[in-house]
Amino acid sequence: MFSRTAMVLALGAALFGFGLPSSARAEVESTDPIILTIHDWTGQYITTHIMGRVLQEMGYTVEYIQADYLAQFAGLESGDLHVAMELWETTAKDAFEASVATGNTVDLGETGMEAKEEWWYPLYMKEKCPGLPDWKALNDCAEAFSTAETAPKGRYLAGPVTWGGYDEERVEALGLNYEVVHAGTDAAMFAELESAYQRQAPVLLWIYSPHWAPIKYEGEWVQFPEFEGPCYSDAAWGINPDKTHDCGKPHGWVKKAGWAGGDEKWPGAFKAVRNFKIDNDEMGRLVGLIDLEGRKLEDVVEEWIQSNTATWQAWTQ
Amino acid sequence: MTIAAGALPAPTWGRPWIILWCAVLAAVVLPMALAQPESPMLIYPVGWEIPFKTWISAAIKWLVEEFDLGLFTFKQLTRGIAWLLDGPLWLARAILLDGVVIPLGGERVVALPPLSWLSLTLVAACFAWRSGGGRLALLVGGCFLYLAMFGWWESAMVTLASIAIAVPFGVAGGLALGIAGYRRRRFEQAMTPVLDLMQTMPIFAYLVPILFLFGFGPVAAMIATIVFALPPMVRVTMFALRQVASELVEFGRMAGCSRHQLLWKVLMPSARPGLMVGVNQVIMLSLNMVIIASMIGAGGLGFDVLDALKRLDIGKGLEAGLSITLLAIALDRLSQSLARRSLPRRAGSQLGRSAGPLLILGVLAVPTALGTLVPALAHYPDAWRITTGPIWADLVKAINIRYFDDIDAFKNLLLLNVLVPMKRGLADIPWVAVVVAAALAGYQLGRWRLALLTGCLVLFIAVSGNWEKSMVTVYLIVVSVVLACLIGIPIGIVAAGAPAFNRVVQAVIDTLQTLPTFVYLIPVIMLFQVGDFSAIIAIVAFAVVPSIRYTVLGLTGVPAHLLEAARAHGCSRAQVLLKVRLPLAFPEIMLGINQTVMMALSMLVITALVGTRDLGQEVYIALAKADPGRGLVAGLCVAFLAMVCDRLINAAADRRRRTLGLAS
Repeated sequence: MFSRTAMVLALGAALFGFGLPSSARAEVESTDPIILTIHDWTGQYITTHIMGRVLQEMGYTVEYIQADYLAQFAGLESGDLHVAMELWETTAKDAFEASVATGNTVDLGETGMEAKEEWWYPLYMKEKCPGLPDWKALNDCAEAFSTAETAPKGRYLAGPVTWGGYDEERVEALGLNYEVVHAGTDAAMFAELESAYQRQAPVLLWIYSPHWAPIKYEGEWVQFPEFEGPCYSDAAWGINPDKTHDCGKPHGWVKKAGWAGGDEKWPGAFKAVRNFKIDNDEMGRLVGLIDLEGRKLEDVVEEWIQSNTATWQAWTQ
Repeated sequence: MTIAAGALPAPTWGRPWIILWCAVLAAVVLPMALAQPESPMLIYPVGWEIPFKTWISAAIKWLVEEFDLGLFTFKQLTRGIAWLLDGPLWLARAILLDGVVIPLGGERVVALPPLSWLSLTLVAACFAWRSGGGRLALLVGGCFLYLAMFGWWESAMVTLASIAIAVPFGVAGGLALGIAGYRRRRFEQAMTPVLDLMQTMPIFAYLVPILFLFGFGPVAAMIATIVFALPPMVRVTMFALRQVASELVEFGRMAGCSRHQLLWKVLMPSARPGLMVGVNQVIMLSLNMVIIASMIGAGGLGFDVLDALKRLDIGKGLEAGLSITLLAIALDRLSQSLARRSLPRRAGSQLGRSAGPLLILGVLAVPTALGTLVPALAHYPDAWRITTGPIWADLVKAINIRYFDDIDAFKNLLLLNVLVPMKRGLADIPWVAVVVAAALAGYQLGRWRLALLTGCLVLFIAVSGNWEKSMVTVYLIVVSVVLACLIGIPIGIVAAGAPAFNRVVQAVIDTLQTLPTFVYLIPVIMLFQVGDFSAIIAIVAFAVVPSIRYTVLGLTGVPAHLLEAARAHGCSRAQVLLKVRLPLAFPEIMLGINQTVMMALSMLVITALVGTRDLGQEVYIALAKADPGRGLVAGLCVAFLAMVCDRLINAAADRRRRTLGLAS
């Protein structure tokens, strides 16, 4: 993916089992390629490629393979895939824990980023619905957020069903007069936001961060009652004594995971992956460079590697 | 042709059928009127579901983890196959994209560069010129040049490498199975349902098992591509071999050909034009898979399309999508003309032939070798790239701001008056009535065998617990197919009478078929929002193609002497169309409708990406949750719906053909 010669050399090295000719790099335990998974959002490309570059600097061979976010666990367990850089508590927690429980995958620790997901609206909606961002204002403005299909109920565009998120439960528990419409994909969801934003039309949808959308569009998160553990499990908790999910969405960790065999095969590499840390602001900035300014992923990652040498070198220690 | 229809006895359309259909109607209405809302007659009880999902998941788990073939396990076998395919793929990528590094020991290496973009463009143009003349050379060269100029070269080479391996395997596999089917009727009979399943099962449904068995990455994606693209080749092979004139086969036998010689020296050459249709289909379908293959690790152009659209970069998405279309067109036209090469050649290309091999070798070697000195040859310079930039996004934005309210009003009119009532109505029909109706329609058109088949297939859907989602699917498909026919058949009728218009139409439908749906899905969502309406538009855009194509085929295929006769009797143009051409083209039009239904069903998974609650979504959820059983069962439901439609429409078309006296 980077310079062609480097790729060709890496390929040659991988194929014939020879070390790289310019052996300025440290000895590594194995030159078999470490396979990092990539999914379908920019932030994850960045974390993965930064990690990949660091591993390359350490002398490892890396490969990137496109794999579905949740389907990848099968590959991580069998050792077809080796490292996954972003697993969000908010969407992958169950699958992740189930996978670690098999003993074939290992938890490689948090990335330092914090996942935030919540209902979100563009700022211009505040004029039509002055009570926002408090969630209690939502019912008063249901009409404003409605479409012909949902009227008189408001329309809330949720993420793909595979993301979970318990929005139907939330609507019921908080007595919201809204209909939950699931977008099929990320892209569909943001296409609708873009369309509404161009027309300054009402829209209420699920947004997550770090992502380019909250950078590109001016808007706010709806403030629901703050999430606490018992909210999802204990009906008595919160303002609705009979129902669970009467609160906002949890903020959560974003973790890395790996194939359990990796610790033996590439102990140095896995240690570096464990040490990988980046924060939301830095991530948001990098995502913006690519998605909003249209710069190339490789260039942005390379620049980051050059200007943060101390940071990533500390991971390898 | 009402004369002919009237002349033949038509006993099966008599009175008993009216009574029977009334009984079905009663079966629909009565339970709805009398039974309690929760009655098992109305809603299939959850307790009666048979857990096919769990069984299939368990079976696949066993296949992957336990199944032992003696010397090695099943997984080792599939992984072995993946390993075997990995070799050619690596080689193709090395030639087209990565180059090769040969270590000479120590620190010295020889790096062989990949083919220069200029070499490949020129070679493709050379081949095109030799086999099809200057126009083809321009077309093919132009397609490749587009890839370089718009900056998609490297991605296109990733895609091309996997297509270059998948297509030969698909063609060879299809040929082998087709020949076996041609030789043994029984093998064909056993294979037909499998082929039906391969063609109608949504790809997402079998992606998870393929990932389990073949690992993650480009090879698994390639195997999925082969599975998807192979069936038409098998069918076409059997069909084309059977079409070979029996005199020729007899002659071959008399000349003392062995079985082997008969096949390769007589049958295959004579069946070549037919076989090439199969090759064309394999190429087209492989390129159709590019987007989905990129979701499981194939990379290349499919990845670029998805990546651009995720950033809502409509222009880039369109450019990348168009490069898939152009690659398809170039490969298709090139392979067609190469296959015709044995035919007498035009004088103009005589020069090309004599200078051929040397010229091609030179074109391959020189720019590639010079590329080590001149970077512009090795790598198309960024500065020479062109792009349509934000034009497309701006266009969509302008339409969005200006016309959204009108579009919205129209959409709501349709939604509230047609779509929503229909969706609710279908959901309310008792499942028992649907099963009975399917079986009765089968009996009417094809007696007990067909009745048993259609009844059981529909019953399976209820039993598997996917009834509700299946009814949403039926609603989406019915609405889309009706719309596609309303648009497609009139266009087909006009195109059949106007050759110039026909050429434009053919170019448009070729593009519609290869341009990834995703490319127009995002603008559609921006204008029509997430929901059934967007899904229907996407399905119609894809499914309208066969209804146009087969209408043209049917109308232009009407025997000239019949038209003469009609005109001699003093029919007006309108009368000729309505009384002669349309009735005679009816079987083809029915086939077109049949294909429209199939195409619509094959788009289901894409509609799930918009956000519908149908079987497509069920398959998609299963993919995301890596639940092979769930995906396969939902996939089977889609396939069964397709098979029911297919069998019924075919039976109806057959009967019609017999009535018209067209059947052999």
